[in-house]
Amino acid sequence: MIYKANIRPAWVVLVLLMVFTLAFSLVNTSDLETSKTSQTEQIKPPKIDLSKFKNAAENENCLKCHGQSKYSYENVESKQTVTKRMYAELIMNRDVFYVSNHREFKCTDCHSEDYATFPHAGNLRMEAKANCIDCHGGDEKYAKFKFEKIESEFQSSIHSQTHSKDFTCWMCHNAHTYKINARTNDNLKETITYDNLICLNCHGDVDNYQLLTDKKKPNILQKHEWLPNQASHFTNVRCIECHAQNDDTLVVAHHIMPKKSAVRKCESCHSKNSILYASLYKHQVSESIQKKGFVKGLLLGETTTIGPDKSNMLNILSLIIFALTFVAIFIHAALRIKK
Amino acid sequence: MNHQSERLYLYPVWIRIWHMANALLCLTLIVTGLSIQFSNPGTVVKFKAAVTVHNLAGILLTISYAIFFIGNLFTANGAHYVIPVRGFLSRLQKQFYYYTIGLFKKENPPFPVTEEDKFNPLQQATYVLLMYVLVPFVVLSGWGLLFPEITVNSFMGFSGLDLTDLLHIVAGFAISIIMCVHVYFCTIGKNPFSNFKSMINGYHEPH
Repeated sequence: MIYKANIRPAWVVLVLLMVFTLAFSLVNTSDLETSKTSQTEQIKPPKIDLSKFKNAAENENCLKCHGQSKYSYENVESKQTVTKRMYAELIMNRDVFYVSNHREFKCTDCHSEDYATFPHAGNLRMEAKANCIDCHGGDEKYAKFKFEKIESEFQSSIHSQTHSKDFTCWMCHNAHTYKINARTNDNLKETITYDNLICLNCHGDVDNYQLLTDKKKPNILQKHEWLPNQASHFTNVRCIECHAQNDDTLVVAHHIMPKKSAVRKCESCHSKNSILYASLYKHQVSESIQKKGFVKGLLLGETTTIGPDKSNMLNILSLIIFALTFVAIFIHAALRIKK
Repeated sequence: MNHQSERLYLYPVWIRIWHMANALLCLTLIVTGLSIQFSNPGTVVKFKAAVTVHNLAGILLTISYAIFFIGNLFTANGAHYVIPVRGFLSRLQKQFYYYTIGLFKKENPPFPVTEEDKFNPLQQATYVLLMYVLVPFVVLSGWGLLFPEITVNSFMGFSGLDLTDLLHIVAGFAISIIMCVHVYFCTIGKNPFSNFKSMINGYHEPH
């Protein structure tokens, strides 16, 4: 009896669609919740155990004032304790510094010993800031990071060309907070966000932008209006993928190009020879394959671009199926004609 | 005279219009889909144009599918897509035997076309799979790619968007294969062109 039930497949599809929509909305809300919690975890930096750092005690001499938003000292004239606010850019957050690349340093490795006295002598603020190449240049230990190449790329970048000496490594990489990311972080999205925030520090903040120019800061969202699915692009692609000259040998490209040279063609990324595979993505794929094994690493890597052909295996398989279909059709047709 | 009376009016106007629109849209989607899939800077079909046409054809296919879907929900035509489960496998086998062996022995088709059964079992199975599984899936996943923000972020460790993309392509490929076979099988009729003629004038000419 059941078999005779006259159910049109359209009704089945309709019911399935409703079930699917319901399940989808449930999955999507739980998805949102997890992404929310992970975001709050990200914002809260880990509390650091200072005893693990041999210079931490000495650094506390500086950080007891520079480690928080206010500091106190005794006015020798009035004999009173004065509490003042620390300028925002002079505050060093311990939690950030002690996870940064330079966490093992003591302050006076780079800053003058004369800072030990308070009030600090006025001429100390004229002290030159060291740039990356000053310490990392010619050092074999850092050879794999190719600092010389980075330096020469940077020198020919639009930043260096337009602003000459005013634009230093510090504009993007604060030595107190900089943390290597692309090479060590498995989470591609985190690396992308970290790298893009470096650009947005000036290009998304008019005060920082106008430190080096009197020009009006262009509105990034407006300038990128031509880009379809803007939000997806901004969260999944680094600014430098389109705005820097990509080089196969570097994980981070430093040759930032003038805006007219920026990549504007969809197929530059959405294609077999996608420029995205030149640097970060290439690195991530090889890492992912190394850690998870070939198939899983390739399939579970987060490094694919939507649209273009990417899996050779599937291409070959589809070609074989296509060819077999046509061979079958051909044989069938030939036999029909013969009869 | 007798021959004339055997002609069956099987394909009403709305089905023929839908079928033609569906065919043209699917062809457009396959061509533009392939050029997006195998895009490379400097190829003949401009990527942007291919994407625009693909999106547009996809939206039109959604409308055409809605017409098909609603039409087969409420008109008599929908009954042709109802598969009677009992004995279906053996009927499938019979039809398969006919296409692979019987046809060449000049045997009569096991399920001749009638007003009640315009599809043979193999057609029924393929069309249900095509129109109620693959096409809805390709349409839905297409919309998911058109509006990535509505697509699930991650699914069992896979990126939701990548998975949607992959399945969209696989389903699109399956549809292309079915379409090729469909066009070939249409040449099996009274003569190689009669089935194509049927889809224009609405009348089926029996073997």
